[in-house]
This record gives sequence, structure tokens and C-alpha cells, in this order.
Amino acid sequence: MNHPSIRPVLRLAALAAACLAAWLPAQAAEVAVAVASNFTAPMKQIAQDFARDTGHTAQLSFGATGKFYAQIVNGGPFEVLLAADDTTPEKLVREGHALAASRFTYSTGQLVLWSPRAGFVDSQGEVLRSGDFRHISVANPRLAPYGVAAMQTLDKLGLTATLQPRMVTGENIAQTYQFVASGNAQLGFVALSQVMENGKIISGSAWQVPASMHEPIRQDAVVLNKGKDNEAATALMDYLRGEKARAVMKSFGYSF
Amino acid sequence: MPLSAEDLSAIVLTLELAATTTVLLMLLGTPLAWWLAHTASRWRGAVGALVALPLVLPPTVIGFYLLVAMGPHGAVGQFVQWLGLPQLPFSFAGLVIGSLVYSLPFTVQPLQRAFESLGRRPLEAAATLGAGPVDRFLTVVLPLARPGFITAAVLTFAHTVGEFGVVLMLGGNIPGVTRVVSVQIYDHVEAMEYTQAHWLAGGMVLFSFLVLMALNLLQPKERQA
Repeated sequence: MNHPSIRPVLRLAALAAACLAAWLPAQAAEVAVAVASNFTAPMKQIAQDFARDTGHTAQLSFGATGKFYAQIVNGGPFEVLLAADDTTPEKLVREGHALAASRFTYSTGQLVLWSPRAGFVDSQGEVLRSGDFRHISVANPRLAPYGVAAMQTLDKLGLTATLQPRMVTGENIAQTYQFVASGNAQLGFVALSQVMENGKIISGSAWQVPASMHEPIRQDAVVLNKGKDNEAATALMDYLRGEKARAVMKSFGYSF
Repeated sequence: MPLSAEDLSAIVLTLELAATTTVLLMLLGTPLAWWLAHTASRWRGAVGALVALPLVLPPTVIGFYLLVAMGPHGAVGQFVQWLGLPQLPFSFAGLVIGSLVYSLPFTVQPLQRAFESLGRRPLEAAATLGAGPVDRFLTVVLPLARPGFITAAVLTFAHTVGEFGVVLMLGGNIPGVTRVVSVQIYDHVEAMEYTQAHWLAGGMVLFSFLVLMALNLLQPKERQA
């Protein structure tokens, strides 16, 4: 083991490793982020800006918050969770999978009743009463906060029982949107971020459900245990609070 | 009872879907398998590949294209509308069509293999004895290819019970209409109701194991006979 001719090589290697360790944190780090489906569009843009402004990269995975919970609890590789709700991050903190101090509400979601057909959904949502449609798509209220908000809205309008037989449920807001976008459901309750770009509805017609119709859709972010020592994770959390990220979120219809 | 009324309704619906699909596929798959086993047509390779396609495609691909095709802008959807029939996605009929596509190779391939191993001899012998085509099929092919029919039916049924991606894309998750067991399990897991998920999922594992074991026990016996 102590062969003299190897020692300088080892020493050189140790030196190189030390240099690398000192040099790495200053360089670009990578963070694995689990992102709720409703936040897909804005997050893609924010991640681009984030990379340009900080040099760090965010690896994005999109999906249902409940699925991410199951993966994180079972040792999934994520370092930051941008949830669709505030209960899942809270639960992860309580169960010791996430850092309590890191949790904050990064945005509040906006519910919208949307149809790809122009002029189909009126600005007051009266179309729900007139009822000239076969299917209405709603996110599964057991799984998705946008589904909960949609059901609360229908309850408030007194339409839950009437519309129940015509309801189809997506497992998350992305599938709910797909049911409507493919024309199989004539309209549906989706996230404003899915149908809005640069502050305008991209196509079709929509009713922005007033915030008074449902509990706020608070979306929380949290750093997970795996991201504890990752500089890029902290940087991303800071970045999400910044003006630039908020402007992007706003252009997709999120509020704070 | 660890299973809720919703779980039970999902189980019943799943069995209905699997039974309907199996009966229809045996009727549709038998002539197709027969043709594939005996044709010299240059289309044989293409049709065989089409039949095998669901084996290699992710169910989400099948489900997505069916959703688009059967939607109001899709070819199938417009044809159905022209016929004056109700739309297919979000309906039991829609799931049956999805399952027919999804389980097709599990019917056709075992049948095709059975027909091929039969050869032409027994049929020619029956023909020289004066048996007509229908008679030949019922009295010669059916009994000789019985193991193939059993394998095809059991695999089709079991595979349809285990279907997930297609029904998720196409179903709309309507209780009693399109919410089958696999989707119900998925919902339980997503909602973090792990106990209920375990009961249903464990039952599914047990069911699948028993089906495949029964198939294995059945087959050598058939061969000995």
C-alpha cells in the first residue's frame, strides 16, 4: 500500500479533489424540482430565467402533487417541491421529509371555467345554468385543489346536484384540461395558467371564477431533505420570491 | 369490510368490462387469427404487426389517440355522430373499444399459434369425409385448438382487468361507468389512502397470480389429453 512511487500521485489527486471541492459551489449547481402540473407553463419560463440569472439549473418534473408525495416519502430524488396545495408541503414537514423553515406560499392559483369554443362561456358563468353541454370536466376533488375549488364554486351556485351526472374528472388539472381541449368535454374548470399567456386568454372563452366563490388555492413550495445542502435549491426558493419570477407568474394569472 | 361501496362498484365494473371485451374479442379475433395462420397474402406481415402493436405501445399512447380519434373532431367521433349515436369517450362503450384494441394481441396471438400448429391435415381429412367448412371448424378445429382458445380467453380477460393507461385517458373517472379497479387504486394512492390501496392492489396481485397459475396447471393436462 505504501509504495513510494504512488504517494506523489495520491497527493496530487487529493490536491485536485480539494481544488474541485472549493471550485464547485461557486459554479453552477443543479436542483431536482417536482412541479405541480398547473404550474408547468410558468415554471418552464422561470427555470430558463433562473439558469440565465444564477447559472444554476433546475431539472423539472411535472405531475400530481399526491404522486410526488408518495415518491418523496419513498426516497424519490427531488430536492424542491412546488406543490399545488399547502397541505402536502405541510404534511412533508410534519413527517420529517422537508425543511420547515423553507416552506412558503409561492403563488395563489386562479380557477377558470374554460371552453376552446369562442363565445361559449360567458363572462358571468351563466352557461353553467343554461346547460347546453354534455360533459363538464373537473379535476378530481379528492386529489387536486383546483377540483376542490371547482366543487366549492358549484356548491355556492347550487349546481352540484344538477351537474354531477355530466361531470368527468381528470386525475389532475393537466388531464382535466386535456378532456376539454380535445373537445370531448365542452367546458371545464381548469387553472388560469393553462389557458393564459402574457395576461391574455390564448383561445376560446372563459369565466374567471371570483376568488369569493372558493377557498384560496394556496400553492406552497418547500425544500426537501435531499436538497438541504444544495445551494441551487436555496437559490431557487429565493428566486421564486423575486420580482422577475413573480412577473412571470402574474402573466399566467397567478396572484400573491 | 375494508372495501368501500365504491371499491366494490369498481370491481364489478372491471369484471363487466373484462367479460364484454373477452367475448367480443373471441368473436372478432378468431377469424383474424385464422386468416393470419393460413393466408399467403402480402398483407400478412403488416396485419400481424398491427395486431402486435399494443404490446409495444405505452397504454397512454393508445389512450391518447383513441381520445382524439373518438372526440368530436376525430374521424371515429364524427362517424359515430353521423350515425346518431352518443359520444364514446367517458362511456362504458368507449372503454370496451379501448380494451378491444389494448387486448387484441392477447387474443389473436395464442389463437394464431394454435391454428398454425394444427396444420392442414386434419381439415383436409375432414373435407374428404364430406364435412362442410362450418362443420369442419366446429367439429375439428374447435376441439383440437381448445388449449389455444382457453389461453386466449384467460389472457384477454386478465389483461383487460389489469388495464390502466387506456381507461385513465379515455374514461373520465365516472363512478359505476368508467372507474375501474386500476383507476380506483391510482386514486387511493394519489389521495394517500394507502390502506385501501393495499387491499385493492393486493387483491389484484393475488387474482393475477391465481389466473396465471391456473393457466399453467391447465395447459399440460390439455396437451396430455
